[in-house]
Amino acid sequence: MIEVKDIYKTFGDNEVLKGISATFHTRKNNLIIGGSGSGKTTLLKCIVGLHEPTKGQVFFEEQNFTEMDFTERVPIRTQIGMLFQNSALFDSMTVEENIMFPLNLFTKQSKEEKLERANFCLERVNLKGKNKLYPAELSGGMKKRVGIARAISMQPKYLFVDEPNSGLDPKTSILIDELIDELTTEYEMTTVVVTHDMNSVMGIGDHIIFLHQGQKWWEGSSKEIAHTDNKELNDFVFASKFMQAAKSKL
Amino acid sequence: MFQSLGKYILLLQLSFKKPEKFSVYWKEVMLEMVSVGIGSLGIISIISVFIGAATTIQVAFQLSSPLVPRSIAGSIARDSNILEFSPTISSLVLAGRVGSSFASQIGTMRVTEQIDALEIMGVNAPGYLISPKIIAGITMVPMLVIISIMLGITGGYIACIVTGDITPADYIMGVNEGFDGLTIRVALVKAFVFGFIIASICSYQGFYTSGGALEVGQSATAGVVYSCVWILFADLMITSIML
Repeated sequence: MIEVKDIYKTFGDNEVLKGISATFHTRKNNLIIGGSGSGKTTLLKCIVGLHEPTKGQVFFEEQNFTEMDFTERVPIRTQIGMLFQNSALFDSMTVEENIMFPLNLFTKQSKEEKLERANFCLERVNLKGKNKLYPAELSGGMKKRVGIARAISMQPKYLFVDEPNSGLDPKTSILIDELIDELTTEYEMTTVVVTHDMNSVMGIGDHIIFLHQGQKWWEGSSKEIAHTDNKELNDFVFASKFMQAAKSKL
Repeated sequence: MFQSLGKYILLLQLSFKKPEKFSVYWKEVMLEMVSVGIGSLGIISIISVFIGAATTIQVAFQLSSPLVPRSIAGSIARDSNILEFSPTISSLVLAGRVGSSFASQIGTMRVTEQIDALEIMGVNAPGYLISPKIIAGITMVPMLVIISIMLGITGGYIACIVTGDITPADYIMGVNEGFDGLTIRVALVKAFVFGFIIASICSYQGFYTSGGALEVGQSATAGVVYSCVWILFADLMITSIML
């Protein structure tokens, strides 16, 4: 379980997060949704420690992550997997080397064991046999899947995903969502996904937090989201004609 | 300026923290050494031979007095190569070739979130990315400078054969006359310091890149410009202290 308490984040004069508190549950897909500039990615980066909150605290299983220094954070960070918006694969390494990278640094496994784990992870994301390809040789969807394979290589307790569907076609987006959902159950992870994709929201949103202008505006599940009378949330959810048509049938 | 200096010193401190796993870092050091050393050998060789040749011809041109032995051209060309041309000119060229590569490589990793990915994994990103480059800089630049000195002097010899301004025998005699080992020590100190300046400043510029492709280019340019200025400043300081 991850808990954020009263998080504020300011860049210069721009207050991006204004006192956000939330709990992200284990074995659930916790979605942070909101329009562009609402502070979703900033909140995610504050949780994982890429940004230091101006005020407030982040707890991983009651351990105060915000108060820890870099070295103290390492044991928690080795339990974190993250998929970045642009996958953030290391360009100079092959797919296999990317996946083995955290294993090389933080485990004492033999080369054969690491290779076996890398092959398992690749198979798990349906990329068997792509070991020797470089990131530049992969499609957007394949990069995302390699990113997921790298994220799960250390069998993490926490999975963070930033815009998993950006730049992907709808079919591949659904595949990525399904993969995240399956892995969350399989590894019993606390998964936090930042997205503005309504397919993801409706498909895998066990627990949803809606951000608006840096504040938590609404919290609930995908079943509740279509029936809320929150104006800002409705404007966000039913922005597309497709969703408007779906709403008229509800 | 003081804020940048503080950030630079803090980054260097982080760069030399204890590595997570020595073997992984060692592999990176070897790769960077190959990139800096072998990768720069061609351009350094070409520059050294031509500068050595040109220096010898110019010195010979200025030795118009019959009272000055012609062999002195060899001595002047040797000391100029050892003390100034090989360490300084080579390092200025290396700032362009190696420094811009360091800055743009790290800058690209920054803007494509690869550095964030390292930090999320619990890797000390400055240590993993910058320390191998600095180690490669301070070891390979002196080696390149030694090669540059040898090729510079060889270039002077070739110029003697081709132009005939000075006989090769006079040149060789001049090169051997009055050699002081201190000049080599000064050259190596310079090369060590310049290697550090190139690797650390360019890595710093790359590490704090923000934005996109345009900013990566700007970081590379800034890295090269600052490195060149600091190389020239350090050149003056080392020369005035050691000679």
